[in-house]
Amino acid sequence: MTTTSTRALVTGRRLPKGRLMPRRTSEAPAQRPGQRRRQWRETLAGYGFLSPWLIGFFGLTIIPMIYSLYLSFTRYNIFQPPRWIGFDNYIRLFTNDPQFIQSAQITLIYVLVGTPVMLAAALATALLLNYRDKGAGFFRSAFYAPSLIAASVSVAIVWRALFSTDGPVDNTLSFFGLELGGWVGNPDLVLPAMIILAVWQFGATMVIFLAGLKQIPKELYEAAEMDGANAMQRFRAVTIPMLSPVIFFNLLLGLIGAFQVFSSAYIISNGSGGPAGMTNFITLYLYKRGFSDGQMGYAAAIAWVLLVVVAIIAFILFRTQRSWVHYSGDNR
Amino acid sequence: MSTSSFGEPAVQELEHQLDPNTTGARGRDTTPRRRVKRKTWQTVIWFVVLIALTALVLYPLVWLFFATFKPNAEFGQNTGLIPENPTGENYLKVLEGIAGVPMWKFYWNSLVLATAAVVGTVISSALAAYAFARIQFKGLAILFAAMIGTLLLPFHVVIIPQYLLFNNLGMVDTFWPLILPKFLATEAFFVFLLVQFMRQMPRDMDEAARIDGAGHVRIFWAIIVPLIKPALITCAIFSFIWAWNDFLGPLLYLTSPENYPLPIALRLYNDQTSSSDYGATVTASFVALIPILVFFVVFQRFLVDGVATQGLKG
Repeated sequence: MTTTSTRALVTGRRLPKGRLMPRRTSEAPAQRPGQRRRQWRETLAGYGFLSPWLIGFFGLTIIPMIYSLYLSFTRYNIFQPPRWIGFDNYIRLFTNDPQFIQSAQITLIYVLVGTPVMLAAALATALLLNYRDKGAGFFRSAFYAPSLIAASVSVAIVWRALFSTDGPVDNTLSFFGLELGGWVGNPDLVLPAMIILAVWQFGATMVIFLAGLKQIPKELYEAAEMDGANAMQRFRAVTIPMLSPVIFFNLLLGLIGAFQVFSSAYIISNGSGGPAGMTNFITLYLYKRGFSDGQMGYAAAIAWVLLVVVAIIAFILFRTQRSWVHYSGDNR
Repeated sequence: MSTSSFGEPAVQELEHQLDPNTTGARGRDTTPRRRVKRKTWQTVIWFVVLIALTALVLYPLVWLFFATFKPNAEFGQNTGLIPENPTGENYLKVLEGIAGVPMWKFYWNSLVLATAAVVGTVISSALAAYAFARIQFKGLAILFAAMIGTLLLPFHVVIIPQYLLFNNLGMVDTFWPLILPKFLATEAFFVFLLVQFMRQMPRDMDEAARIDGAGHVRIFWAIIVPLIKPALITCAIFSFIWAWNDFLGPLLYLTSPENYPLPIALRLYNDQTSSSDYGATVTASFVALIPILVFFVVFQRFLVDGVATQGLKG
């Protein structure tokens, strides 16, 4: 991840290898008297301003991460001290825990189906809104509203009601001759209901796409039109490449966010992960193992599997971005 | 927001088209007219599609609002939008609260947690962002990379050690485990957003102030903070909404009902599978959403623009 500039990801600009930030203009060319004292003062000020973050970063992130890695190699239930068992937790996860395998499967389905569909909905709507400015502001806000509340318990409760037996969705579909019954209690349909909930919050992603679309120079479209490109060709030759940094950004954050879905699954299944384990997403399974069953070491191992999977996906995305993410500007 | 001018251009274009002076006379070139007509039709289709999409997207919220007026007997029979026998009794029931705790107490708890989150997040994130964006010190690059790294880190990796830590400090079933991390800038998103914003600020002013002998504290407080106010407001609104919606944190740390914020209190309604008081459940859900909906209506400019410029997610 550090091989590619993280700043490039955000600003769409590529910097020399190994640099995370542009070179500062005031970097001293030579050491002058008093220079070292000034540098020391700057460093002191830097760490002073950074101190709350540093305490949080080490105290609540780095040290806990190391400790959870240690715990993942132990058997631990809070009441007795952790007992080292080597790789047993990991071996059990992959060879002797069908609940975990199912949990990993449904989480992957949720991530790999939900995120692309959500991105497609967001991009399609952004293109639609980009067509005209007048009136687009209203729709932009209306579509954005759900993404503020989608993670709330209230919405999960509404979803439960909407997709229950004889709920509004069920009734509407049976009006069209589709007798599906309730979605929430049906192992085949509860995952689609969860994916629809994820897609429903496309607004925030759409707003980012819209901002990206507005930055594409009009001349590119005019030039393409003069060359005789039709709308579809213009979309593929101009819009997609010019938008690719934004697509990359949304895809990365969308995938990572989707892996961490918790509260809606908890509420929709009443904390059980049911029916038939079909809402037992990896975070919910981790919570149940760690905090309901008191298997803290085992839960830590689940957390580390999650971390490794997310890291692999981020790594693959960063590695492949060279081939499909187009950065304009200074390519050095 | 241009809700008032909603549809006006389409109407103007229609009028323009119907005006006999602009419709091309027989035998003359009619291309401009045809182009106007095509554009009008596209606009009309555009509106119709977007209005249909809006109805679909907002339907769950509208349904929730109307469902709060449905008597219990109506749930399961009338799944439509409009209640047949509207009643206010759901609101009275919700006001009483649940598990012996009145509703205002849950609201108060949520308010305390969200307000503390706003204060802590804004102060600590602004301080950290200033260091990252405006001070040159040894280790800056690597610490900045680490901060970006935490953006991508799944939070669940640290919940067990964090729980053990706060448990050992005797802080379980208090608000501290939920408030303290906010004062330590653990939400990298806000630090990142403010860094991006501060980097856009011109350096002339603080360089001039430095020559006049001002230190970093002075520059931060007197120059930077006033300039980044819009970004600070965006951070404040988002940290409020996120804290208000937070479920996992309170679920882990709060055990007694009188400490519950709204999301956990809602769980109590939802868990009552035996009595299945749908009216109260749905109404409590709506009541819990009211502050966010109000925030959205009042601040939607800040929220939507904040997302658009900084890539912040809802």
